Amino acid sequence: MISNTLPPSLVENPNIDQWLAFPPDGTVTLRTGKVEIGQGLLTALIQIAAEELDVELPRINLMTASTDAAPNEGYTAGSRSIEQAGVSIRLVCAEVRKLFRDAAADRLGCDPAALQVVDGTFTLGTASTGFDYWRLSDAVDLKRRASGTVPAKDPAQHRIIGTDVPRIDLPEKVGRTPFIHDVVVPDMGHANMLHAKLLHRPRRDAKLVEWDEAAVSRAGLGQVSFLTDGDVVAVMGDDEHLVARAFDKLCERARWEGGFDLREEHQEASSLMDFEMAPDRVVERGARGDVPVVHEIEGTYSRPYIAHGSIAPSCGLALFQDGKLTVWSHSQGIFFLRRSIALALKLPIEAVIVTHHQGAGCYGHNGADDAAFDAALVAMRNPGRVVRVQWTRADELGVAPVGAASLVRFRAGLDADFRPVDWQFDVWSPTHGNRPGMYGAVNLLTANALSDPPNDPPPACVADEGGGGATRNGVTLYDLPYQKLVHHFVRQGPVRTSSMRGLGAFANVFAMESFIDEIAELGGMDPVTYRLMIMKDPRARGVIEAAAKMCDWFNEDAVAPGATRGFAFSRYKNVAAYLAMAVEVVVEEEVRVTRAWCAVDGGLVVNPDGARNQVDGGVIQAISWALKEQVKFAQGKVASDRWEHYPILRFSEVPEIETIFVGDPHDPPLGIGEVSAGPTAAAIGNAVAKALGMRLRHLPLTRERIMQAMLEA
Amino acid sequence: MAVVEFTVNGTARRVELTADPPLLHVLRNQLDLKGSRFGCGQEECGACMVLVDGQPSYACTLPAADLSGKTITTVETLSDPAGPHPLYQAFLEEQAGQCGYCLSGILISAKALLDHNPEPSRAEIIEALDKHLCRCGAHGRILRAVERAGAMLRAQTMKTEG
Repeated sequence: MISNTLPPSLVENPNIDQWLAFPPDGTVTLRTGKVEIGQGLLTALIQIAAEELDVELPRINLMTASTDAAPNEGYTAGSRSIEQAGVSIRLVCAEVRKLFRDAAADRLGCDPAALQVVDGTFTLGTASTGFDYWRLSDAVDLKRRASGTVPAKDPAQHRIIGTDVPRIDLPEKVGRTPFIHDVVVPDMGHANMLHAKLLHRPRRDAKLVEWDEAAVSRAGLGQVSFLTDGDVVAVMGDDEHLVARAFDKLCERARWEGGFDLREEHQEASSLMDFEMAPDRVVERGARGDVPVVHEIEGTYSRPYIAHGSIAPSCGLALFQDGKLTVWSHSQGIFFLRRSIALALKLPIEAVIVTHHQGAGCYGHNGADDAAFDAALVAMRNPGRVVRVQWTRADELGVAPVGAASLVRFRAGLDADFRPVDWQFDVWSPTHGNRPGMYGAVNLLTANALSDPPNDPPPACVADEGGGGATRNGVTLYDLPYQKLVHHFVRQGPVRTSSMRGLGAFANVFAMESFIDEIAELGGMDPVTYRLMIMKDPRARGVIEAAAKMCDWFNEDAVAPGATRGFAFSRYKNVAAYLAMAVEVVVEEEVRVTRAWCAVDGGLVVNPDGARNQVDGGVIQAISWALKEQVKFAQGKVASDRWEHYPILRFSEVPEIETIFVGDPHDPPLGIGEVSAGPTAAAIGNAVAKALGMRLRHLPLTRERIMQAMLEA
Repeated sequence: MAVVEFTVNGTARRVELTADPPLLHVLRNQLDLKGSRFGCGQEECGACMVLVDGQPSYACTLPAADLSGKTITTVETLSDPAGPHPLYQAFLEEQAGQCGYCLSGILISAKALLDHNPEPSRAEIIEALDKHLCRCGAHGRILRAVERAGAMLRAQTMKTEG
């Protein structure tokens, strides 16, 4: 195996001792730069290490990611953590096992192949040799580059990978105190904690003209202090409740002027056409042959801006002491956050440490990094105090980055058999990647409101090599002779947009898989039959056939009375896991999804129960997006800044979901965390089209949109 | 300074109050009971749910000063490592969560339900939990966990009575 086939995590962090150590207490220290965001990653990584080292799970201590002690693995994003961290740990541990086994054989004068490893101890037959990883630690120097050449175990030998190991973090998360919100920095306690809340601009470039310090101070009973800089005001105090009271008054009294003229019309994806575009970026694949076009078809689809809507408002902690700034954050990219904080506060990067601490469920670039910077800014002015910033619900829904709206158009020319011979995908959308560190920018909300803000370049979008942003899954995997992609990049949308679960794939898969159904309908063909007709990839065909079988697709009697079904397929980013699914819906005044069936090929699945939790959770979140969610704007701000105005799916609206994994464990593991979102929306759209006899192409499929479409028809 | 005296998780507590704080602030910052979570401060997500005299109540808005003489039960009584409630065990057995932030409030509403209805139907569980938001999509597992906890409690009762 040559080095350029190693996962990027291992290329960037090539030494074995960056990943693994055997301290004398008989434990295994495992390090990763990827973080737990509710997806169960830590458990899966421990399973991989335990499997390849042949030690029992409890021996492994997986260290919390920190910029001073973890391999830099970039962002925990893009469904790449198992593909990157997992595969790196798998290769490193396989190699370490071999190094130690060779060392043991050398000491014993035996054939290495004769040695087994049982919970870290080398055995000959059933007898212990007395040698184990810890006793041999002086014989093997782990300060060496991982070669990546030692093969991992054959899946037939797996004892731990592929089993439902319970989540290691869940016992603390059921009603105890594992979250960053719960931290009391050791030995400092509440007494030394300084609570702070920061006023955030309601729209881009707004200017703070007035805020009534006297009234705000009175609301805090005179026990709060202030930090002001540019358009930033921070309220600080020892008592969190008094800080909250004063902050409420500050929000009420703050008067903003100028900035981007954010209006209600901007909340619709159709308004994207009114913004300045970068020159069209065109990507062509294949060659337009000379088969004549017999049928032409076109469809335009959209999704609106969508909020992350984490159940916890973001939280950051920071301490500036002895010239060092330590920040605790639930960021997905601690190394990039460190760089951005250092740049914005004009500190040398060595003076900043960012340590991950778990927060609530995270589905992309939410307010985590911004809240961390808020705390860091206040900490710099209050040396020796642990500063705690907890955002409000209005912050989280109103000023955190949102998932970008997209307008998508598909056009196809079909031959006499309705096979596409000409194909064009157009997408209009602002950036889907605006994290700290992306395209070199600082990208921190409060930093940009300071009197001396960082000189951030205008946003770019995620490059195709990174899976694409607006264009993610815009290229179709169906077997087409020719396809053309046109990216109309909206240079700057009306609000701050950034990465949210699936990025452009949510809109593009919704659009593409709706369009495929429309072509099938035009040709009078069953949608599953049509998909199989134009799909060659055997793994794609595998999941399509499996999902059809799960729900007995071709048997109309299997459909519940009054319900309709829809089908969809996608391979996330065209490189991660494959998923095909069907949903059953009932359309009355509102759309109700009653059942869902998913067939997934993710290759080797490390923890099937955890993977199922991710796929099913993605289905539920995407039902919520598809049926209910749209960020609303009014009077120069985000109007949907509380749950009452941003409803999400509830217990009474959640369907029964069946999910199976049909991949071959000999295939490498493929990311499954984002695979179900796009197909869910498309399958719902297809089922709703069948129920109504007309197609709705613009999300969310709310009661209002259904009524409007029926009136127009 | 106002003072309130109430019972929290079986212990009589006397707490000094500054500027009419909500119960959640008192629990988390004055009594060091951080299992109840801040989610919205607007009674719209359920992350802060506690029992006040057995009734599920939003601690994020409830003025602590109004709770004189009341009995408050928080999630710590369910997740106590020394003797976890069947709900806690059932949630782990079903792996009923992803991030877990919503679970404290859900456990409380589930306890209130099981306390007066030991054998709830699926529809009754959904009704009891419908005020709670979960963003990760662990709903199906959570419903199964409450059903499992109900079965565990019924088995315990039968054993005691038997």
